[in-house]
Amino acid sequence: MEKPLTGHIRRGEMLGIEEYEKMGGYLALRKALHGMSPQDILAEVKASNLRGRGGAGFPTGMKWSFVPADGRSAGPKYLISNSDEMEPGTFKDRVIMEGNPHLMIEGMIIGSYAVQADIAYIFLRWAYVQSSTRLERALAEAYEKKYLGRNILGSGYGLEMRIHTSAGRYICGEETALLNALEGRRGIPRSKPPYPQLSGLWGKPAVVNNAETFANVPHIILNGADWYKGLSRSKDGGTKIYGISGKVRKPGWWELPMGTTLRELLEEHAGGMQSGFTFRGALPGGGSTDFITADHLDTRMDFDSLSRVGSRLGTGIVIVLDDMTCPVGMVLNLTRFFARESCGWCTPCWAGLQWAEEILDRIEKGAGRPDDLDLLAFHCRMLAPGHTYCAHAPGAMEPVQSALKYFREDFERHIRERKCPFKNRR
Amino acid sequence: MLTDDEKRRIEAELDKYERKETAYLEALKILQECRRWISDEGIKDLAVLLNMTPDELDAIAAFYPFIFRKPVGRHIIFICDSVSCWIMGYEGILDHIMSRLGIGLAETSADGKFTLLPVSCIGMCDHAPALMIDRELHLDVRMENIDRILESYE
Repeated sequence: MEKPLTGHIRRGEMLGIEEYEKMGGYLALRKALHGMSPQDILAEVKASNLRGRGGAGFPTGMKWSFVPADGRSAGPKYLISNSDEMEPGTFKDRVIMEGNPHLMIEGMIIGSYAVQADIAYIFLRWAYVQSSTRLERALAEAYEKKYLGRNILGSGYGLEMRIHTSAGRYICGEETALLNALEGRRGIPRSKPPYPQLSGLWGKPAVVNNAETFANVPHIILNGADWYKGLSRSKDGGTKIYGISGKVRKPGWWELPMGTTLRELLEEHAGGMQSGFTFRGALPGGGSTDFITADHLDTRMDFDSLSRVGSRLGTGIVIVLDDMTCPVGMVLNLTRFFARESCGWCTPCWAGLQWAEEILDRIEKGAGRPDDLDLLAFHCRMLAPGHTYCAHAPGAMEPVQSALKYFREDFERHIRERKCPFKNRR
Repeated sequence: MLTDDEKRRIEAELDKYERKETAYLEALKILQECRRWISDEGIKDLAVLLNMTPDELDAIAAFYPFIFRKPVGRHIIFICDSVSCWIMGYEGILDHIMSRLGIGLAETSADGKFTLLPVSCIGMCDHAPALMIDRELHLDVRMENIDRILESYE
């Protein structure tokens, strides 16, 4: 099985530039700069069906095509890697940034050439200390070898690349909040339109893609869209870094064909559940995705298949709920996270999430009221997409609404018995 | 007043970027490295260099949890309290640390050695429960290892 994203990674150390080049690194960049126009690259990436790996799954080629293709007279254009990985339960971008940072950087340079960007930023999470050290080294190596800077490989195209390390806040992963943070402001989302591809950083065009998304690009350019689509078991192209945490035997990550089933991931790769624990459900792609249950184990982990069963691929990193863990407690933990991380800009989000947290807290403590479940359902409706500036609150409500659907009896028992039935079960 | 060393380090960082605004947070982080935390005085000192009002700078500083606007200890324990660490029992680890140090969350131990802060998911979910002390990760933390981990800090 081909593993273009992680196959060369040795756990524990990074690939330096010489090793990366020996394995075909930066050949895609040479091919792009010496034989392909920006339009050729856009066409190839579009044809590959690469969809964004940050969570929303927007087609990458289409995202790039919204950047105006006119000359550079209008001022600098920007390209940004969203490396602010902070979705609860998610640990995939760090795999690439720690193990093979040049792969992401090469993808960024090719993407920058495709949209004719002048400056690229890596927006990195403060807590990723090792990623930071390794990306710094990789950038210096790439400059040294003239893959960055003026007139890259004699092509006439030039690009500067910088790392920006953040100082916390989940919301900075939202692309317009990220742009505000890069501008040295509070990281709060902006109202859209205008979209960043037209007015992003300091009013200039900016395109933001997830770190894992960029890592796919060199392989698409080098081997072609058809090869890339062939890696996948579904309509979406390529491979995916999947992962699992929770009470499974071997929590971890694996690069597998896009469209691998949750059952294969859980049973073959993660070794199944720990003894004494039974699978009850899972968040398939981070804390802001809807629960799926044992009935959905054979669902393919791709964008369309998971949305058909009422959830999302999100980041593709699964959090497992077992039968000894309280679903109300789990949803409370998630809602507390989202309430704390709300940027405070729009009222439905900061007030609504705090209220939802209070309701869940009293249910978990055994002080729930008979109409609390209706009140929670009300919040799920009023914080749905369209009521807030950004997707933060709607995402927060996804595990709540699906927990109410699949684990309703657990909520009702908490209220009826005036206690958490899971206390002392572990 | 910024010391010469602080000023030199911050200016070097500002020069790295096409626009100095990109480095505002980095400037705060450098000052924090030098002074351990950002006091009102620190905000005023830095605002002069960045040509902003202290209020403008404070609005930024207050937004980001990794910028400390209150005094902290010599070491900071960031304990992950997000969903995977919760499932894997971080609460027991937290209780043990709190009783051993005699402090609650967002407090500093009496000897000034440790400040205990919650942190949102640090992407180590396959090694939960996880925590960071300063810039160092501790993974798959077990109750019986906590004392040894804490004792390894001066």
